[in-house]
Amino acid sequence: MSFELIIQQIIIGIQLGSIYALIALGYTMVYGVLRLINFAHGDVFMLGAYMGFYVALFQDQWAKQAGIPALAYTEKPDLFQSLLTLLPAIVIGMFICALIGWAIERIAYRPLRKAPRLTSLITAIGISLFLSNGAQLLFTSQVRFIPSVVPSGVEGTFQLSQNIVISKKLLILVVASALLMGLLWYIVQNTKLGKAMRAVSHDTDAAALMGINTDGIISFTFALGAALAGAGGVLFGALTSAKIFPLLGLQMGLKAFVAAVVGGIGSIPGAMLGGLLMGLSEAFVKGAAPIGSFEPSRWAEAVAFLLLIIVLLVRPAGLLGKFAPEKV
Amino acid sequence: MKRYLLIAVTLLLLFVLNFLLPATLQAVAFRVIMLSGIAIIMAVSLNLINGFTGQFSIGHAGFQAVGAYSSAALTVYAHKMLFPYLPENGYLPIFREGPLKDAQTLEAFLLTAPAILVSMLVGGTLAALIGYVVGLPSLRLRGDYLAIVTLGFGEIIRVAVENTDALGGSRGFDRANGVTIPGIANFFWVYLMVVVVILVARNLRFSVQGLSYLSVREDEVAAQAMGVNTTKIKVNAFVVGSFFAGVAGALFAHFEQSVLSSSFNFVRSFDFVTMIVLGGLGSITGSVLAAVVLTALPEILRSSLGAEFNQYRLVSYALLLIVMMLVRPQGIFGRGELSLDFLRRGKPKVPVTLPPGT
Repeated sequence: MSFELIIQQIIIGIQLGSIYALIALGYTMVYGVLRLINFAHGDVFMLGAYMGFYVALFQDQWAKQAGIPALAYTEKPDLFQSLLTLLPAIVIGMFICALIGWAIERIAYRPLRKAPRLTSLITAIGISLFLSNGAQLLFTSQVRFIPSVVPSGVEGTFQLSQNIVISKKLLILVVASALLMGLLWYIVQNTKLGKAMRAVSHDTDAAALMGINTDGIISFTFALGAALAGAGGVLFGALTSAKIFPLLGLQMGLKAFVAAVVGGIGSIPGAMLGGLLMGLSEAFVKGAAPIGSFEPSRWAEAVAFLLLIIVLLVRPAGLLGKFAPEKV
Repeated sequence: MKRYLLIAVTLLLLFVLNFLLPATLQAVAFRVIMLSGIAIIMAVSLNLINGFTGQFSIGHAGFQAVGAYSSAALTVYAHKMLFPYLPENGYLPIFREGPLKDAQTLEAFLLTAPAILVSMLVGGTLAALIGYVVGLPSLRLRGDYLAIVTLGFGEIIRVAVENTDALGGSRGFDRANGVTIPGIANFFWVYLMVVVVILVARNLRFSVQGLSYLSVREDEVAAQAMGVNTTKIKVNAFVVGSFFAGVAGALFAHFEQSVLSSSFNFVRSFDFVTMIVLGGLGSITGSVLAAVVLTALPEILRSSLGAEFNQYRLVSYALLLIVMMLVRPQGIFGRGELSLDFLRRGKPKVPVTLPPGT
């Protein structure tokens, strides 16, 4: 692999990784406060992508009728305009997904707060399948695309050297996800709500004794995680020219969950690191040259799980996670 | 003495039914009976892992795939060497006329017995081995990791199979792809394995070993404090469960004569989870009943409602599961068993459920 090819794979890996990280954050935060794998989280991401698609569809029609070409879903000459066009989809996607996340917690998980772990795990899987199969009924299994707002040809890229190009799409994607993660970091570390979240995650009962409204904090955590997944879904659909289909959530959610475990579940920087690692390893396997008749690229889907099994063997609490023995 | 008599009667009954059923039933009904049997093996063996030991595997179909592909590869590629008498076209000689029309001949039954036995053994053993490799790292940790690892394992199997041209790749391992899997899984073998898996599950439940399974489910920390090697117990249950999933896979491959990677995907694993949750985690009769109902019902509904029914099937399964968890998390039968004890008056009833420990 030449140096330039390596750089190119790193760039692709960062792009994939920032999406995984955005989803993984939701898994890790919910696991932090509830010790529950929220299997439905990946499907919230899928719904976010669909929200992006429908907002784009209506916004495009409306902008063309009202004569505001600046907001239509066409390729824009400069980055700022592209971002402006995307903004409504991102905001609406985040808002609706936050609502969905909140509703899932309220309807399905809260009544089971004191139930055995297996019960809530089965419910989580039930919700995941309900959402993905419901989406199949509602949106049909037809594959959707969000029209690109960033030029696709040479104008859409920065040429760094002969073989290294960075597309503007990727730049927006990475910057936007970095901004969102920064915002999350600020909320968790510097606001009163964030402090309460950390307290609940540390010890729910003690937090309740200190006067923290734990139910409210758990709801807020779900909404926050779902909003991030929603934003991730819109960005993913709008900036990677990826296919949007009902089972997207299952596929991406699984890998993002693995990313959260690899980074150390319950740890927010761990989720970011894990997502990045997952994206990079996938990009490298996909870009690897065939060795004889063995083509690594065809095995890319399985890499995440191999990584998971290795990490569980070597460092069960994940890279940045703390191993806590179960207290009685 | 009574025990041997019971075994002999069961074998005889299975043997007679093996010839009677295909001859008397419609093809569709017979197919439902066979698929129900395979589903029972899957559900009861998954119940060993999820119901008895309280772990949570959601990739059981992955182990079925291991059994199906490995045993089918064995009979397809090695049958000339190992079983030279298997029919070249894959079809067993059957009675063409008379009262046993459509049933296999006695000669075919005897000749294919070693082949199906070996393929079940190979499929089961390989699945158990892989179950050990997959289970060991994840079962050392807390239960919810197993869920994600088994789910991921199912994906790895799918990718591996789709990239192996010798197993048909993504096009499938069947006649459409120029491969003939001999149809040697008959009623006798399927229901013999049903009886075996139920007996194994029942005997485990009431043995000392089984009690340690239950103790891990009830309270892992307490079990450990009482000297139960919890990791070993969990791995045990997982390996036994995987073995039977592999056996079910071998039976499935040699009944359907076709193995597609899509028959063992996540959705299929989820079907088995639905079965044991509905029947009651830890209830053997519950999972048997749920396996039969959830196999037969879709077939009946499909023939009466048409193909669009399948769209609603998964949504309704998911809803059923959520509502079940919210309203009656222990399943229809809970941990109890359906029995005919109530017919025997006067005999004191033996309690079979443990008091709720959590």
